[in-house]
Order: sequence, then structure tokens, then C-alpha cells
Amino acid sequence: MDKAALAGALGAPSVFGQSQFAFVRGNAFEAKVKADGGTELLRLAHEKLDRAAEPPAAARVPDLTASGPEGRLERTRLALREAAEESAATPGTWTLLDHPMLALDVAGSPAFLEPDAVVVHPDGSWTVVEIKSFPMLDGAADPAKVGAAARQAAVYVLALEKVAGALAPSPRVRHRILLVCPKDFSNLPTASAVDVRKQRAVTARQLSRLTRIEEIADTLPEGTCFSPELPAERLAAAVESVPATYAPECLSACELAFHCRDRSRAAGAVTSLGRPVRAELGGLTTVEDVLAAARGRAGDPDDPAVAALRRAAALRAEALGAAGAAAPTAVREVSPCR
Amino acid sequence: MSLIATLARLEAVSTGRAQPVATVRHRHLSERPLVFVPLTTAGEAGAPLGALVGTDRDAPRLLVVPQPRDRDLRSAFLAELADVVLPYVDGFADAVEAAERAETDPETGKRVKVEVELCADAPQLIVPSRAGVDFVRLLGRSMRFRRTAEQDPEAPFPAPPRVPLLGRWLTHFGERARVPGSSLLLAMTDLLGRHWATGQSTLEDQHLGALLAWIAPPGGRSGAEAAQEAELARDADGQLVCPPAGPATDPAFDNRLLAPAIERYDRARTALAAAEDGLEADDRLGALTAAEREIRALVESRTRPTWDAVWHGLDLLRELPPGARVEERWTRDRWSFTGHRDRVLAGEPPQPRRDDAVTAANKLAVREREQTRLEAQEALDDPLVMAGRRLAGEAFAGEVVDVVMAYSESKRPSPRPLVTVRTDDRPHLGERARAYRSLGGKPQTAEFVGYETGPEDGLVVLRVMDRMGRGKEPEEGSVPEKGDRVCFTLFEHEPRGGAKLPDPEETPWTHGGPPGEEAVPEPADPVTEEDVL
Amino acid sequence: MTAPAQQAVFDPGAAASRATDAILRDTLRGATRGVVVDSPPGAGKSTLVVRAALELAEAGRPLMVVAQTNAQVDDLVLRLAEKNPDLPVGRLHSSDTDPYDKALDALENVRTSAKAADLVGLGVVLSTAAKWAHVKGVEPWEHAIVDEAYQMRSDALLAVANLFERALFVGDPGQLDPFSVVGSEQWAGLSYDPSASAVTTLLAHNPGLPQHRLPVSWRLPASAAPLVSDAFYPYTPFRSGTGHGDRRLTLGVPSDGSGPDRVIDEAAESGWGLLELPARHTPRTDPEAVRAVATVVRRLLDRGGAAVSERSPDPVPLTADRIAVGTAHRDQAAAVRAALAELGVTEVTVDTANRLQGREYDVTVVLHPLSGRPDATAFHLETGRLCVLASRHRHACIVVCREGVGDLLDDYPSTEPVQLGTLVKFPDGWEANHAVLAHLAEHRVAWRP
Repeated sequence: MDKAALAGALGAPSVFGQSQFAFVRGNAFEAKVKADGGTELLRLAHEKLDRAAEPPAAARVPDLTASGPEGRLERTRLALREAAEESAATPGTWTLLDHPMLALDVAGSPAFLEPDAVVVHPDGSWTVVEIKSFPMLDGAADPAKVGAAARQAAVYVLALEKVAGALAPSPRVRHRILLVCPKDFSNLPTASAVDVRKQRAVTARQLSRLTRIEEIADTLPEGTCFSPELPAERLAAAVESVPATYAPECLSACELAFHCRDRSRAAGAVTSLGRPVRAELGGLTTVEDVLAAARGRAGDPDDPAVAALRRAAALRAEALGAAGAAAPTAVREVSPCR
Repeated sequence: MSLIATLARLEAVSTGRAQPVATVRHRHLSERPLVFVPLTTAGEAGAPLGALVGTDRDAPRLLVVPQPRDRDLRSAFLAELADVVLPYVDGFADAVEAAERAETDPETGKRVKVEVELCADAPQLIVPSRAGVDFVRLLGRSMRFRRTAEQDPEAPFPAPPRVPLLGRWLTHFGERARVPGSSLLLAMTDLLGRHWATGQSTLEDQHLGALLAWIAPPGGRSGAEAAQEAELARDADGQLVCPPAGPATDPAFDNRLLAPAIERYDRARTALAAAEDGLEADDRLGALTAAEREIRALVESRTRPTWDAVWHGLDLLRELPPGARVEERWTRDRWSFTGHRDRVLAGEPPQPRRDDAVTAANKLAVREREQTRLEAQEALDDPLVMAGRRLAGEAFAGEVVDVVMAYSESKRPSPRPLVTVRTDDRPHLGERARAYRSLGGKPQTAEFVGYETGPEDGLVVLRVMDRMGRGKEPEEGSVPEKGDRVCFTLFEHEPRGGAKLPDPEETPWTHGGPPGEEAVPEPADPVTEEDVL
Repeated sequence: MTAPAQQAVFDPGAAASRATDAILRDTLRGATRGVVVDSPPGAGKSTLVVRAALELAEAGRPLMVVAQTNAQVDDLVLRLAEKNPDLPVGRLHSSDTDPYDKALDALENVRTSAKAADLVGLGVVLSTAAKWAHVKGVEPWEHAIVDEAYQMRSDALLAVANLFERALFVGDPGQLDPFSVVGSEQWAGLSYDPSASAVTTLLAHNPGLPQHRLPVSWRLPASAAPLVSDAFYPYTPFRSGTGHGDRRLTLGVPSDGSGPDRVIDEAAESGWGLLELPARHTPRTDPEAVRAVATVVRRLLDRGGAAVSERSPDPVPLTADRIAVGTAHRDQAAAVRAALAELGVTEVTVDTANRLQGREYDVTVVLHPLSGRPDATAFHLETGRLCVLASRHRHACIVVCREGVGDLLDDYPSTEPVQLGTLVKFPDGWEANHAVLAHLAEHRVAWRP
């Protein structure tokens, strides 16, 4: 479903979107990495992952085009099988699969996945390739972005393992993926091997626990529909019926976050101030409840959360009193954006 | 987050206004800071789009790269930036005071005092947000290894003369900013967030406009409303009314306004290059100038609100009285500035890409020590911070209810008075735990003797151990008296110095051994032709 | 994976002594400057350290020992003196008040001093890494043993490594990692990242060093070793030194049918017990959970527990000193101590994971780090913490927890940032928590106090 369109229709448009500068440069970079039959990409794969192997000379780049995801999935499977046969027949062969199509069963329904590339090594093993446009500066890159890339690649690894499992003998799917990024301030590609065993294990467990999507679908009221063409209030009602726990981290991850934030704030949920805020509040979940407990108007004084809140409130009041006229909360009233 | 800070946030929600989490200002503010509001181009590392920079809030200098991919235009931008920043930095280099520093005598190996210069004041850079601090670092890294035509006549795209030097200074500011409590380079969002709690999350506080909206909501509105508007309100063109503080721009701005403007600029430039006679060239130059003016106006429209917001933030912060120990920490910043000034003057090479093992370990040790110092000093300077430490059981305050004179059991008995403090706090006092109070700015040590009755009655008996003078009787005012309000901390007020690490040339085998014979000068980054897209 | 045929002939004693022999051979006669030994929980690390120290001393090699805490140093001094009362031992200590255990003063051959120069010439000199870092201007020792090397930071090793020619590094990679109170991301991926563990740096610079592993846990019973090994050491498995029938926990007083008694029975039978309280978000010092922990301990004592093990064929009474309570936070430990005092129990050790590292008990009662929490932070998900808490026992481990931790984990999927060039440390905290939880679920006793 298109969550951005949905958010717009709900009246809480997201701030997502990509600058065309980033988009154009990202595409140009990927094209550059894969140019010339993937020469540069395979050189990096050889250097970073498989130095003992024959250096790639002329690599096979099978055609994977087909109509529809199922067709492309089938082409990919075929190409991988042929690559396995090829590496057995002609030692030293490298194969590059450009935008293969993979599938993974997520809570009972197939999800189609499209990694940037998969490399088949001369020994028949497979490597997932991720091409990103954030830079590797002096060998280091933004850890949050690398982490996201590793989690993404781990999903591809799992999907590839399914394909490999259907072949006999089963080719090895490597657990170190190749992350290709621009080097320093240039547009030259550089790469780093990233061990995704952890992310793979986590993703595998998540998938095994992912009955949730189905469960969510089962618990929805009959006739729930998320079409953005519906009137806003009916849409809102439909979205409300899906359980969601808003936290500020959602803002950078989900198109519907601003809508959820409105609801969370309206409900006075303390989590809208950040998950860590809840850590010491025990069972108290709303702003009103917490403040009432802190001011001694509600709450069981034997509850350690309530007792701690009252001590905190007393100490805070004492400190603000001691500082004389409490520090100015606000001074000049100027619109920040004039 | 401490429960006291959590309460402040919740009160901000319920009152619609940010609430104080500090009663004094915990960072030094220069009388003449240099404010820097940069913008960058999406999709490329270290490709500036423009900036507002300067020390005069009414007259910022606007710097723009009309085609961010053009290396020459980028160089021109960096040169202009150097023309603003370096004179500002140099302005602090000459006024010095005499100071002493402990150094190890290379011959005797003893610690000796050496007379040195200390700059009387230091420059201060203010950027809007934490991303701005990272951008300063990135600019520093991208410039400090550049070669000028003078250094390397053969190199393509030589850097303008002062650009590598600016790179070294920005690198120094960026590194210093990693030291807790330092103030050479500060982000306004961090500064405001240190002193006020808003009714939103710390993540949302990264938006300078929204943060200010909570602290000083305009005209009778609630902070929540004003903040939401700052975050999301768009004009008829779909542009954010309060643009992001950068350096990243809003994609809608890039796609709808900037990209077409840059395209017009590129077309005008191509047309100019193709002009066949002087008259045509004149016309087309006019068109190019107009196209460039348009981009300048766009960049100014995105940076000016942030520029004003940073100065507004400075106004708010200046209303808070400085903490008593802020000046002492600023002196450390002055030492840092003086040290780098000296390294530049001595002709030392730029900071390496990566620290060696000993430098890295030394930096980490300094930062850990400064973190400890900062936590202690902020608590001692500010009762509201101390309240958090008291809540955590790391300090206690109360009234002296009894003082009994006692003496040490040695040949020359020294005073060791027993002081009983009644407190409602619940400090984590272990057997013979040490407690400290500030006496004339210096820590006085006491030892926990026990509770007079049970811990629940809060009668803490302490034995005062030092700072009572040399005589048999304690000096006037050195021992708390009955009825005094006292506050003891369980943490030390001054961090302990760590052990001295080996010199880099004595790096042990466990860490790769000495770094090698001669320090090889760091090579410049290869400058690539920009990809034509 | 080991084939079943091999399992039948697995002799833990032989496997362990093969490993120890190889370690001592490399240490005493090997050509490399360093030897690294990974020791899973209860695999005989201290025994190895003491034995290596004695053999090095006997060979006439001046030896310094670097441990991480004063308690660890004192413990090693006492063990050395017990094994060889004639060996001259130096205890280098700080100039703080009470810098070392007073028990050392009673030992004739142990000399204590705050100055390294006073101890030169003694066969073995022991101190903490922090104190060693201040030692300057002395002749380097021929050999060093670095204990708990995985809990030592790289910069601490940098400060002391010039004091010795060669060294044996011993530690448990599964316990709590060293940490820094300030950010150190800028050095991530560097071989000598000062905030990394000493072993990480050592091996990055000396990849050829022999690395050994003690293959057998003598502490963990057969019921616990596979879980701890799979969950926390997925790529470096170890086994229990005892079989399923070798240890038995019996209770003289039958169950009263209450939750605590039922979970005690389950744990006595299977080695694990999960006392699950109803789901509820609570502050850290959840009064119900704290009381439940205290009640379990009280009942363990009241029911006349006795342990049979390879150490003694006759049942040994389960006394207070053989039981420990583990928590994540200090305030939780304090709350449990208070609750135990109310029930008249004072002798039972109650401490945080950090302080329980390296200790051993017959039965442990653990307050699950995620019990009742509304959120899961990196601190609570840290694998080392859970690993320490789940691997202190010889017979049984009882975990007290609120229902709903599985859902909490699902709400906080692992989104760890990844630094290029760093060695991946296994396992993932999120994954390990799920693995342990799944196992505990099989030994669950639901209880509404």
C-alpha cells in the first residue's frame, strides 16, 4: 500500500521524498559501478572477498529481463542454476546478476526482492552486492546507514539461501556481503566486506515470528479499506483500527508517523516524548497521570514509580526555588521563522 | 533521562512552554561569536551549496555555489569562506597573556614549570544543529589535504592559497567539539536543549525552529502548535515556511526551486560560452548574472530564517547567568586554541586522516576526564543539576544538626571533627565512603562514619578529613557549624589524572609497534573530474 | 557440529587437559610473543592462570600478572599462596585507603607495596591494570599473564604492554564488554581503537598468535551448557564437564503448591525455571517481582535443599552462601536485599551482573533484565549481561520475569549501527534474548502473587 499517499489523504503529509540531485547521482553511481560488464564491481568483489580466486576477466552477465516479477524470479533462478553448472564446467568463471529478482515468504505471502546485484564466484558461491551512494570516508561510513544496508542485505541472503537450498549440490551463500560506496569525496567506487551473520540471524527469527501481519489482518474489522480516495474521517477510522505504537523514531521511518504522532499526543501518551521517558514511569502512561502522581493528587505512594516521581518533583521545586526567581522560561516572543 | 528532566518535559507538555532544566548557563558564550549556517547539496559528500557566515547579526555574508558540481565554483566558495573565517580566527591569535605549563624536562625527566603564552580569548563558532558540527568536520577533512598551486604546480584543480589552512582550523574546531564541555564549536540545538526541556522528544528537538517555538512561542500560542507549524507548514508553492536548519535541504526545495534555477544557470553559461561576438556576450553575461542572482536569492531564503533563529537562541541563552566554573572550562578551550595556533605557526603538517594508537588513546582519556569534570562542575554550579544527582543517590543536602570535635590518633593530632547532617535524600553511602563538599571552590573531603540511628531517619555522621589548616584547631570557617545548610557529593569534584601513555615512537608490539621511521606526509585526495550527469 | 559417534567417546577431562597442555606448551616454550585463551564460563580459567603462573615461576621467568580489579588480584594472590606457600609473591597496590585484602598480610611470602621497585626480584608480582599503568622506569618483566583480557580496554593494554616481553592473555569473550562514557565512534574500525577490548587490538596486530579455547565448562551442568553455548558462543561451542545424571538437586520439604515452590521443583528437576508474573509495566524495582525473588530464595532455604555432584557423592546442604541473586541494576539489588532482610535472609549474595562476573554458586535466582520494562535499551539487551546472569550456577537457575518480554523484544527489533572494519561480536543481544526466552518458556511456571 502507498503509505505516503495515505498520509497525504489523512491530512498529515509526510516530509519524505528524495531530492532529484541525490536520485540522479545515486543512479549515475550505480551505472558507473556496473558499467563495462561489471568490470569494476567484480574487481572489488575479487579484492575484498575472494583474493585466492582467479581474477575476473570476462564475466558472464546473463539477461534477466522478463515480464512481471514472477517471470523475473524464474529468470533469476534459471541464471543461478546455469551459473552453478558453468562454474563446475569451466573453473574460474565469474557471473554477475544485475538486479536479479528474489522472493521470500513473509507471514504467508510472497515478497519480491530486488538486490542491486549478486555475484557468483568461481567456486560457485554467491555474494549479495549492495550499492549505496553515501561515501566511505577514509574507510569509515555512517554506521546507521551501513547497519540499514546490512539488514537489507541479510534479507537477500535469506532469500538466496532458499534458492540455493533447491539446488543440488547447494551452492554456498556467503555471509559477508559487498557494500560498494563512493570513495571519499570522489565518485570512484570503493567497497567493504560486511559480515551480516548477525542481521541474518535476527531477520530469520523475525520472519519466524512474523505471524503478526496475518494476525493484524485477521483482527481488522470487516470491510476495512485503506484506499486514499476514501474521505479523511473514514480513512482515519480505518487506520485507527490497526494497532500501532508510535514513538519518535517512527518519524524517520514511516510515512504515517505524523498522523500517529497527532493521535499519540492527543491521547497524552508519554511515549510521544521518546521511549526512554517511559523507563522509570512504571505503569503510568499518560502525561496527566504522571503529573497528577508527581503532584500528589493521584497514585499509590507505595508504588516505587510514584514515590520516585514525588521525590523528583520536590527536589526540582526546591532547586528552582533556590535559584531565586526561576530561570526565565521564555523571554522575547519572536517567531522563529520570520 | 533523569526523572527530573522527564518531569520538566511533561510540564512543558501541560503548560505549552519549554521548562528550565538548568538555572545557569553551562557553556561559555563569546561576546563575538562567528555564526555559520551552511547548506549542502544532496547526494554528494562535502559539496557545499552555500552559507551565511559572519559575526554581525544584521549583516551576514552570503556565499553561494551556483553550480555545486563545478569544482572551480566550489573552490571559489571555499576561498571566500576562508576570507571570512581565517581573519576572525587570526584576530584572537595575537592578544596573549603569560601562563605556566608543566612539562617534562627531556634531560632530567622531571616535571618542571615552563613560561608559555596563552591566548587571552579564543574564537567561537556557532552552527545551527549537530549536523552542522559534522559538516564543519567534513569541510575540514575535504580541505586540509588540498594542495595549492604553489605547493604542487602540476596538480589539476589547485586549491586557493588559504583553503588548506581553513581545513586545518575547521578540523581542529571539529575535534575540540568532541570534548565534553568545550565551547569552541557549538550547535545551537545542543545549547538550547541543555538548558530547556520541551514538550517533544529529543529527536524532534534537533529541529531548531521547533525547539525555539517551544522555548519562546510567538504571540500567545502554545509551544506544541508553534512547533508543529515550524516543522510542517508549507506555503502555496509547497515550500516549508520554516526551512530545515541544514546543512541538508528539503527535497521539495531541491526539486521545485533549486533544480530549475540551476538548470537555467547552466543554460545561460553554455549560451555565454557559445556567444559569437561581444554584444551577444554582453547580453548573455547579463542573463548568466541574473540566473546566478536567482540562485543566491534562493539560498538566502533558506538560510536567513536559520541565521535569525541562531541569534535568537543566543539572546535567550545570554539571559542566563553563567555557571561559576564555565570560565575555567573556557580557559581549557583557550589552551586548545593556543596549542593549535602554535602547531600551525611551527609549520607542522595537517592533522592526519586517522589518529595513531597513542594519540587516539590520549584523546579518549582526555574526553573521559573532561566528561567527569563536566558532570561534577555542572552539578556544583547549578542546584537543579545537583537535584538530579541527589535523586540518583550520588549527593545529599541537609542541615548540620551536630558537630563534635575529634582528633586523629597520631603524634601530632589533627582535627577530625564529626559532623551530623540531617537529610531527606537517600545517598548510596557504603562503608567508609568518601563525600565531598565545595569549600571556597575547593573540595573538602569527609568520610562516612555511619547513621546516628537507622538509615531511614537520615542522620548522616561524617568525619571531616582535610582543608582545616595546619594547626591543631581547624581554621575559621573550615568546619560546618550547627544550622548550616550543606551539600555533599559522593563523586569527586576534580577528575583524577590518568597514567601517562608511552610516546608514539614507543608504541608496544600489541598495538602494532612504532608507527615507522619518518612520518610520511599524507597524500592529497585525488581530485576527480566531476561526473557529467 | 560433532557427530553422535564422537559424542559417545567424549571425555571432558581428557579434552580439557589436552587444551591446558597445549596452552602451557605455547606459553612456556612457544616462539610467539603472545598466547590467547578463550575461556567460557566456569571452564577453569583461574586454575589455568594459577598453574601457568606457578610453572613460569618455577622455570625462573620473572612474571607480572595484570588483572582488572583489586578483588581479582587479591583472589589470585591467595590462590597462588595456597598452591605454593613458599613462592615469593609481590602485591603491588595503590596508595588509596584499604588498597588490598587484609588477609594477604597473614601470608608470609607475600610482600605488599605501592612501589614496583620494592617488589623487583620476587618470582611473581601482581596488580591491577590501572596500577601497572603508573609503573615507569623499571626493567621489563620477561613474562606477563593478563587476566580477564576481554574486559580490559585496548588503551589500558597500551599503557602496560611495554612492561613485559611476552604474555598469556586469558578471558571470557562472552561476558560484559569494556565501555567508555564518551563516544569513540571516530576510531571504530581502527585496529587499535582505544575503546575496543585488549584482545581485539592484540589479534588485529598479531593475527598469527596461537588462540586456544578451554572446551569444557566444569561449572555449568549438562542442562545449561548447550543453551549458554548456543545462545552466547554460537561460533565457539563448549560442553559441560558433567553428564545429565552427575548432578542432582533434592529438596527435603515437599512443595506447598505455590508458584515459588513449583518453580523450585521445576528447576531442581530440569536445571531451569521461569517464574512468570502477569504482564505489567513497572519501574525497575518492581515490588512484586522483587518479593517473588526473595520468596524463591527463602523457600530454597526452607525446603532443605541438598546438592549431589561429582565433587561429593553425599548430598551437600544448599546453604545461603551457595545461592546468589543477580540483577541488572544496583537499585534492584538493593531492593532485593531489603526484601530478603524482611524474610530474615542475610547471607545470600545479591549483586549486579557486573559484580557477579567470575563468581560461582549452586543455585542462582535472576531478576530478568527486561522484566516489566516498557522499553528495551541497548544496556538491557547487551548479551554479556544476560550471559553472566545465566551462567553462574552449578545446579539450577531460576529466572523471575513478567510476561510480555517476547512482545517487548518484537517491538524493539535489532537496529544496531554497523561500523565498517570492526570484527562482528556474537551474538546479537536481541537474538540471544529470544533464544534464552524460548528455552525458558519450556520451564515456565505462571504465578499470580
